[in-house]
Amino acid sequence: MVKGAQALIESLRREGVTHVFGYAGATICEAVDALAASDIGYTLVRTEQNAGHMASGYARMSGKVGVCMVTSGPGATNLITGIATAYMDSIPMVAITGQVESHLLGRDIFQEVDITGAVAPFIKHSYLVKDAREIPRVVKEAFHIASTGRQGPVLIDIPSDVQKKEIDPVYPESVDIRGYKPSYRGNVVQIRRVAEAIGQSKRPVICAGGGIFSAGARQELKELAESAGIPVVTTMMGLGVLPTDHPLNMGMIGSFGNTCANKALAKSDLLILAGARVANRAILSPSEIGRRMRTIHMDVDPAEIGKNVSTNIPVVGDIRCILGQVLEHKPHVDSGEWIDILRQKRAEELAAEIMPLKAGVHPGKVMRSLGRQMAENACVCVDVGQNQIWACKYLPLREGRFLTTGGLGTMGYALPAAIGAKVACPDRQTVVVCGDGGFQMAFNELATLVSQGSDIKIVLLENHVLGLVNEIQKKSYSGPFGVNLDGSPDFGILAQAYGIAFGRVDADQDIDEAVGRMLAHQGPYILCCGVDADTTTGD
Amino acid sequence: MKKIISVLVENQAGVLNKITGLFSRRAFNIESLAVGVTDDKNISRITIIVDSGNSVVEQVEKQLNKLVDVIKVRTIEENHMIGRELILIKVSASTRTRQDILNVCQIMGGKIDDISPTSMTLELSDTTEKVDLFEELLRPFSILEVARTGLVALRKGHGGD
Repeated sequence: MVKGAQALIESLRREGVTHVFGYAGATICEAVDALAASDIGYTLVRTEQNAGHMASGYARMSGKVGVCMVTSGPGATNLITGIATAYMDSIPMVAITGQVESHLLGRDIFQEVDITGAVAPFIKHSYLVKDAREIPRVVKEAFHIASTGRQGPVLIDIPSDVQKKEIDPVYPESVDIRGYKPSYRGNVVQIRRVAEAIGQSKRPVICAGGGIFSAGARQELKELAESAGIPVVTTMMGLGVLPTDHPLNMGMIGSFGNTCANKALAKSDLLILAGARVANRAILSPSEIGRRMRTIHMDVDPAEIGKNVSTNIPVVGDIRCILGQVLEHKPHVDSGEWIDILRQKRAEELAAEIMPLKAGVHPGKVMRSLGRQMAENACVCVDVGQNQIWACKYLPLREGRFLTTGGLGTMGYALPAAIGAKVACPDRQTVVVCGDGGFQMAFNELATLVSQGSDIKIVLLENHVLGLVNEIQKKSYSGPFGVNLDGSPDFGILAQAYGIAFGRVDADQDIDEAVGRMLAHQGPYILCCGVDADTTTGD
Repeated sequence: MKKIISVLVENQAGVLNKITGLFSRRAFNIESLAVGVTDDKNISRITIIVDSGNSVVEQVEKQLNKLVDVIKVRTIEENHMIGRELILIKVSASTRTRQDILNVCQIMGGKIDDISPTSMTLELSDTTEKVDLFEELLRPFSILEVARTGLVALRKGHGGD
């Protein structure tokens, strides 16, 4: 006989879990106690939301399911933003929450919330376990659901008495859920139509999204683009599928995207959406798309097909598998002229000189310098706001990763995501890019970073303002209001308080040296870049 | 256009909440909803009527299919189904009007479930249109209370879901 909590931890171990991010509390103590006795690693976060973001960063870099575990009530509600973020970005995650004793459920007792009810609109699936014997099956199912089909978060809510209950656990070998059978292979007829459509097109373009990373299909995408001769544009979540300077990479589409990429999209006669759901920020007028060009949409989630853009050839299944199937047909386009036009435009765009600003450093120059000097396979975690736009626009990527939250746009994501990413890949250079707004939403996690000994470099673009909102208010409202970050600390002293190395750069000519010094430093480092408050994403 | 969506789900606590929650957050309007267990006690059937265009109904179907607790989703065209709704209706009735009410009830194929010196409670199970008509015909007698179940439906012929 073992306790329910022990069966829980053993089930996690059997799913290959080696690390959990969490925050203990009364109703999860039993599980934490069982975890302590296991060989699974544990990171104590400083607020539960960031346990979610760390699990997200971990999942994106490890290719495994990220796991976070928190207590009931406020612990669970604090985690909600982490869950919603993972849902919108389709990140595989299992969140475990403690719950009050099962016989007291519904009585509004201390630290009770209906967390399965609260997260329902933005979670892939959830369980409230009332019988400890169900724990092994529920865990097995949760990992299966989180990691297959369109990946996403799954929540397991376990009352404290269920964790204590003694059981004889039976660990299932396989999963069979009658309501959940995601497609894997693409329909062969549709695949043939895809190959034919490519062959008939003159100006095709592939639009690659985050689904390429979820499916581990970077290689297949590159092969298709290169062998068939198709230029590639990406969504924000798809940044990094091809190196920035790859001859077929035409950049990022969307309202904050590159001109070349948007032009490629507008002028093409065949749009191939690969693992991209193209929401409002990516494609401004979806109705135009349906009218102007043929569209192939490959996605693991059938509900995404036809939701935002109308589609001529839908293909449902795992993107990696689908691309492999398409490659078997050896499609080819005579797209030489089309590629030449785009390539010229792209080259001009990449070579465009960044003009110095009246005051402060140019964030674009910081990004270019960082991209040049960082490791080829570096993992860059980018926050939300102006810093994100600048990074998308100017940061050259090679074989590394670009982790940001393109779906929910949660400020404060980058730092905890980087801590999670570093746990997954301790030997990879890991860099955070954030503004002083997002940083102040997450800098409590510097303590976690220090306690983990994580060698993370933080590029902090300090402009004392919520820059993107400031821009919007200036453009469309009566003027800036409530966006000045008055009262922010001296980040140098803050870094010192945490025992983290610190550097500052306030002039463009010092950027290269400052970035170099940061990257050469052994251990965590904050590089504060003085950006003028009036600098816009258009500069 | 009205569409009937028949959904087979796991008969578990919270499943109905997930379904209706999905409708509300994606702004799909439900016209009628009926829930009941099937011959398999682990499975419930939810019959939903939506009045929307084809693309909306297709998106509803796809989103329903994504729910892990949903086993099967089927849209049934109106002319391919047997659909029935139950109404219980309480009307004012005096000795003077009782016979007239009884006439309406008999013509429509309804049943009298309860009677008091001042009221009658009638029952009818039929298509939504007939139930609407029944209610309309009884309106002049002064309706005191109405309870309708919402439509339940099965496909015509041997084939099931």
